[in-house]
Amino acid sequence: MAEEVKLFRTWSSGYALRIVWALKLKGIEYETIFEDLTNKSPSLLQYNPIHGKVPVLVHDGKPVCESLVILEYVDETWKHNPLLPQDPYEKSMARFWANFGDDKLMKSIWQLFIAREKDQDVAAVEALENLKLVEEQLKGKKFFHGETIGYLDLAFGWFADFVSILEEIMSLKLVDGERFPHLSSWIQHFMDAPVIRDCWPPRDKMIIKYQVMREKYLAAATPK
Amino acid sequence: MEETGGVKLLGFWVSPFAQRVKWALKLKGIQYEYTEEDIYNKSPLVSKLNPVYGKVPVLVHNGKPISESIIILEYIDEVWKQAPLLPQDPYERAQARFWAKFAEEKVRQSVWEAVCSSGEEKQKAVKSAVEAFEEFEKELKRRGTKFFGGETIGFVDIVAGCISYQLAVHEEVGSIKILDSSKFPAISEWIKNFLNHPLINEGLPQKDQMFAYFSKRSKEIASRKMSHKTA
Repeated sequence: MAEEVKLFRTWSSGYALRIVWALKLKGIEYETIFEDLTNKSPSLLQYNPIHGKVPVLVHDGKPVCESLVILEYVDETWKHNPLLPQDPYEKSMARFWANFGDDKLMKSIWQLFIAREKDQDVAAVEALENLKLVEEQLKGKKFFHGETIGYLDLAFGWFADFVSILEEIMSLKLVDGERFPHLSSWIQHFMDAPVIRDCWPPRDKMIIKYQVMREKYLAAATPK
Repeated sequence: MEETGGVKLLGFWVSPFAQRVKWALKLKGIQYEYTEEDIYNKSPLVSKLNPVYGKVPVLVHNGKPISESIIILEYIDEVWKQAPLLPQDPYERAQARFWAKFAEEKVRQSVWEAVCSSGEEKQKAVKSAVEAFEEFEKELKRRGTKFFGGETIGFVDIVAGCISYQLAVHEEVGSIKILDSSKFPAISEWIKNFLNHPLINEGLPQKDQMFAYFSKRSKEIASRKMSHKTA
């Protein structure tokens, strides 16, 4: 019986990209449904009634939501080319750092991105501290997973792209090769990896999207 | 705490996160050494074992530390296979992980936010908490089982379990009402069943001590918020 796999995503969601990459790494055929989150389809609301967000993976009619949960589901369902380490301790570490990425790192990078000029130095301190911690994790490794791409690389994938977008929009260098040699190297390897590179959303569209978003936040923050 | 084999847990008496880990270890019959950490006066051990967050709980197994309660639960379930917390089927596991995340982020967190805030912010947080409870109630009803995972206590029950013994205290401290048993019969029944389990009920913190602690803690957080606003 042929399996039916569908992925609900948006053109720009970094969370959804994790699943695009995971399915590609596992060689799984699937149907893509692009959503406009300002006008959600009835299917999306049916499959993710609680959050109404993407990504949603629907496997033989059964929906799985939350990108990191989906990654584990994909890894447990299609066992070839494993994404997570086998060892329980190493697995815990991968989960820990993925959560750190989504929680602390993302928040601090975002705070820097939307900071007013006078607040940028303070915002940068936390972002840089978090980047240092991630840098440590890459010591002696090409990818977070080792020699090949795995769960944690996919979890940090949004970061590889967003850093260059932030740097261009803000005209600053956040991940410089001197301070963050391993992270810089990882970004390069990851961005160029065959499975990864063909999936990036159009860069010019991303720049516009985030520029507009940033301007909105800065305007809202300006005292009247 | 020596760097030897065996299982050690660094916790704080009233921490719902540490409680999750205690429950998991007890349900699996795992012997462990417990060390109480005063989070107001942290020992160097916490930053040594959890350099990223400096928080408890931390589980140390064979000398290796793991932090973040939900991640610790998954680790425990993978290493000690008796009394499994997560289901075997990948789809059911995904559902359990989804609901555990929901229980932590939408149920527990919004209650605490409601306790620590005031005015409009508090109203918003209470509304979020009630909505989260409604979703949880719906899902419990849909499953129709004694516990979230089935007839025995599982992963989601343990993650959500803090509400069973702390919610009433939080409601009192925060002067809020969320769990109306006529509105949430499935959750109310689930709480009763959960607390009825001897290993769950054993050694829980005393209500008056929790009340004193959460009163103090919520005031600290509320005043910190005020000082950020006026700064």
